[in-house]
Amino acid sequence: MKVKELLLKPILENNPIALQILGICSALAVTSSLKVTLVMCVALTVVCAFSNLFVSLVRNHAPGNIRIIIQMTIIASLVIVVDQVLKAVAYDVSKQLSVFVGLIITNCIVMGRAEAFAMKNPPLPSFLDGIGNGFGYSALLIALGTIRELFGSGKLLGYEILPLATEGGWYVSNGMLLLPPSAFFLIGLIIWGIRAYKPDQVEEEEFKICPNTIKEA
Amino acid sequence: MEHYLSLFVRAIFIENMALSFFLGMCTFLAISKKVDAALGLGIAVVVVLGITVPVNNLLYTYLLADGALAWAGFPEVDLSFLGLITYIGVIAALVQILEMVLDKYVPALYNALGVFLPLITVNCAIMGASLFMVERDYDLAESAVFGIGSGVGWALAITALAGIREKMKYSDVPDGLRGLGITFITVGLMSLGFMSFGGIDL
Repeated sequence: MKVKELLLKPILENNPIALQILGICSALAVTSSLKVTLVMCVALTVVCAFSNLFVSLVRNHAPGNIRIIIQMTIIASLVIVVDQVLKAVAYDVSKQLSVFVGLIITNCIVMGRAEAFAMKNPPLPSFLDGIGNGFGYSALLIALGTIRELFGSGKLLGYEILPLATEGGWYVSNGMLLLPPSAFFLIGLIIWGIRAYKPDQVEEEEFKICPNTIKEA
Repeated sequence: MEHYLSLFVRAIFIENMALSFFLGMCTFLAISKKVDAALGLGIAVVVVLGITVPVNNLLYTYLLADGALAWAGFPEVDLSFLGLITYIGVIAALVQILEMVLDKYVPALYNALGVFLPLITVNCAIMGASLFMVERDYDLAESAVFGIGSGVGWALAITALAGIREKMKYSDVPDGLRGLGITFITVGLMSLGFMSFGGIDL
């Protein structure tokens, strides 16, 4: 089936963060360093793909009115697995991510895709849709993480790229990029960029401003 | 007393859930077009946070923490890995119960909050507060104060954003920024403002 479409569409055309407004919390909080960002992306993609797979497997056996609880349980169990794996394999990264691994449970991308896609589609496409949305999320997060770490501290993944002025180099770091507000500005600008490239994503105006009328004398 | 007061103020301003930890962003951006709706949602969040954080604290101290089951004769058992699924269960159940209680006894409040209550289950601010409570080792009284404080902080932030957005709907925003984009930039500026509380030492 349309494997390519399922995998690639969420990256630019239907980006979960920029267009669907899902999963923004973690996008902002974990992106001040690229390493943490990458771990978060992998964790989210895994949870999203497998929760879609399992939700889709049980979709015909789950009664409609308790489906939210079922989805929650599946997602929470998967997140516990990811959390324990991270604590065992990459302890210091999991310390830096602190509560945000746990918050994958309430990340709306996972819930949203389970509810909107996996409940209506067979397991394999759902699995791919999970991976695709994970990629869409990752693409935006990695872009943010790269900009924030490179220009905020002159490093990428801990390696020095731009030598800092404080250490005898030439680059004066922009400390604001390491602070929370910069993530908001950057996402705002990225959304602007995506919409300038794909004008059909532009939202409707609530109020149209009346054009200047020239009075004829 | 002073300790609790400073915890309360810190939870509202310095460690504002929405503007410095980015929790509850999805609802924060989606339900902030009108001040009335934002205020209703804010009050619902305060109530739910004020109940769930202490309840989760009790569960954590007496059931889940390392050695917490000593009273039942299992001193070596560590169930803390079950934390995540317990908290989300408690939150979902409490929201449901709150909805039923309000419907029966305070219908006026139920009608005001009705639509927003189910949304709160998946609000990361609620889950995040419970996780912060565990990470920072709050006791029962502290967690109650922290829960209410962070709820008030979140409510304050969403009401303020709604106020700004109500004024802003008449302004002429560039095409690509309209709607979501300009909201992000507004929130960024608000967050910059809230960072000025960061220097206050309590």
